[in-house]
Amino acid sequence: MTSATAGHQPRRKLKLNKKYLPYLLSLPALLTCIGILIPFFTAVAYSLQRYRLSQPWARKYNWGENYLNFMTDPSFWNTLKVSMSYAFVTVGVELLFGLGIALLLHRRTRFNNFVSIMLLMPLMTAPALAALMWKLMTNPGFGVLSYAAESIGIQDMRWASDPSTALLTVVIVDVWVYTPFIMILLLAGLRSLPRQPFEAAELDGVPRLYVFWRITLPMLTPFLLTATLFRVIESIQQFDIIYAMTQGGPGDRLTVFQVEAYLNFFQSTNVGRSAALLMILWAITYFLSNIFIKNWLRLREKARGDA
Amino acid sequence: MQTTGTLERVLRGLAITAIILFFMFPILWIFLMSFQTNETILRVPPSLFFDPTLVNYKALISGRLEGSTATLEIAFMSNLFNSLFLSVTSVTVGLILGVPAAYAFARLKFRGSEDIAFTLLSFRFAPPLLVLLPLTIYFQKIGLADTYGGLIWVYQLIVLPLILWIVRGYFEDIPADIEYAYRIAGHGFWATFRKIALPLAGPGIAAAGLLAFIFAWNNFIFALVLASADKQPVTVGALAFITASGINYGQIAAGIMLSIAPTFALALYAQRYLVEGLSLGAVKG
Repeated sequence: MTSATAGHQPRRKLKLNKKYLPYLLSLPALLTCIGILIPFFTAVAYSLQRYRLSQPWARKYNWGENYLNFMTDPSFWNTLKVSMSYAFVTVGVELLFGLGIALLLHRRTRFNNFVSIMLLMPLMTAPALAALMWKLMTNPGFGVLSYAAESIGIQDMRWASDPSTALLTVVIVDVWVYTPFIMILLLAGLRSLPRQPFEAAELDGVPRLYVFWRITLPMLTPFLLTATLFRVIESIQQFDIIYAMTQGGPGDRLTVFQVEAYLNFFQSTNVGRSAALLMILWAITYFLSNIFIKNWLRLREKARGDA
Repeated sequence: MQTTGTLERVLRGLAITAIILFFMFPILWIFLMSFQTNETILRVPPSLFFDPTLVNYKALISGRLEGSTATLEIAFMSNLFNSLFLSVTSVTVGLILGVPAAYAFARLKFRGSEDIAFTLLSFRFAPPLLVLLPLTIYFQKIGLADTYGGLIWVYQLIVLPLILWIVRGYFEDIPADIEYAYRIAGHGFWATFRKIALPLAGPGIAAAGLLAFIFAWNNFIFALVLASADKQPVTVGALAFITASGINYGQIAAGIMLSIAPTFALALYAQRYLVEGLSLGAVKG
């Protein structure tokens, strides 16, 4: 109820108010900032220590040793490789699918709007639960997809529990959940493009494939870039789907950064290695997210200019 | 565009059918599974025809799962309650803290504002475990481990940046002149905020709140690391569920259905806001 009285305050008080007001209003955000930064710097410190929860007495700073060990650690290189290939494959497939679907649903018809709303559903599903759904469908005993694989001649398809198909299986789940995200972003982008170039091209009888490569795609690039960066940043950190599906297995087939760090922390209780892994992942995402944020801010400025 | 041939139309139709099949089939299949007992689920070949039964839902709601060997007590309903409680309170707290801050960032440029906003946003993309693992150790020290309060605080890490950035954009869209005019007419800062800025940014606040709710509901890793069994939301609870022995698959399916129903309902109810929120204000639909 301060609002009712604030209007009648003397001028002097209002000025004083004004100086501290922004800080007062943003204090919670500031505190959250600090609340994030403290654990972050703690993690930095952990990553520079020899620190195992099982051997607290042996805890000491070993500075860069955790990082140096990575150089000769095959399981680190495996983690890097798996994370990179997961991000590369999922985002690649999702972009292709997302763009294709967005182009198919481009026109604003009732049917198209209905389909695009339906496609929102996988995106609304919690990734961990989506993994469980697919786990039920790929169960070797009764899974409908295992049956389908068998009926098209693939004998004994074991999906996520077979090292050769584990990556494929989690990629399918990721594609199922996140393609709609890219589709929505690109669809909104497509629909926000100016009409004139397309009308002109149609009048001149320009072939449609040519229109796509020379007009649609270039004009859509900022949206494609935003969607790609956003997804790469998220995909390289994927945890939910992989952990819920296989917990990083079979063997070390799917030990992506966050899964490996989680297992290091809670199973082998190697806090130092876990933190060092996360720091490397952080460096990668920090680099990417800086590009993303700049690109996104530019896009938002443009959208606001048009509005 | 008007001169679409028959072949093209057929191809288009086929493509759309394939897309709908791929994205809708899993939901449909699990939905059907949730109305079956193990007897019909384990049939080979799988079939779309069966006598639907509500036993799975009844078992989940009553909390007693009749396994093949023994009766199992599973507190799935309390997981559902935890999800609801954690999401609603985190979003409420997030809105109370975030909306005024978003207004400050948008209207009152002050020293360090861009830095704070940027830090918050860039940590939105940082690996969650990086913050969570040290927090588990801190939480044990300060007694926040395994409390709702601790979880709600941590959930702010997802909720707050989202609200700040989306709502800030909406506040920036409001012409400052409207607010100045109202101020000149003798109204105070708070009155202007409440009567002018807040209603005008309403859609943005709704979009941000909705999206934040969905993110909070679907979150898995925070609760996996920080919550013990009695505080776990459905995402973590369902995982424990599937590994428990002697469980009927139909009950897992029913559990999944109950867990995704709220976000689905919200999405259908408010899809326009959702699309705006998802594109983070990058496009105006």
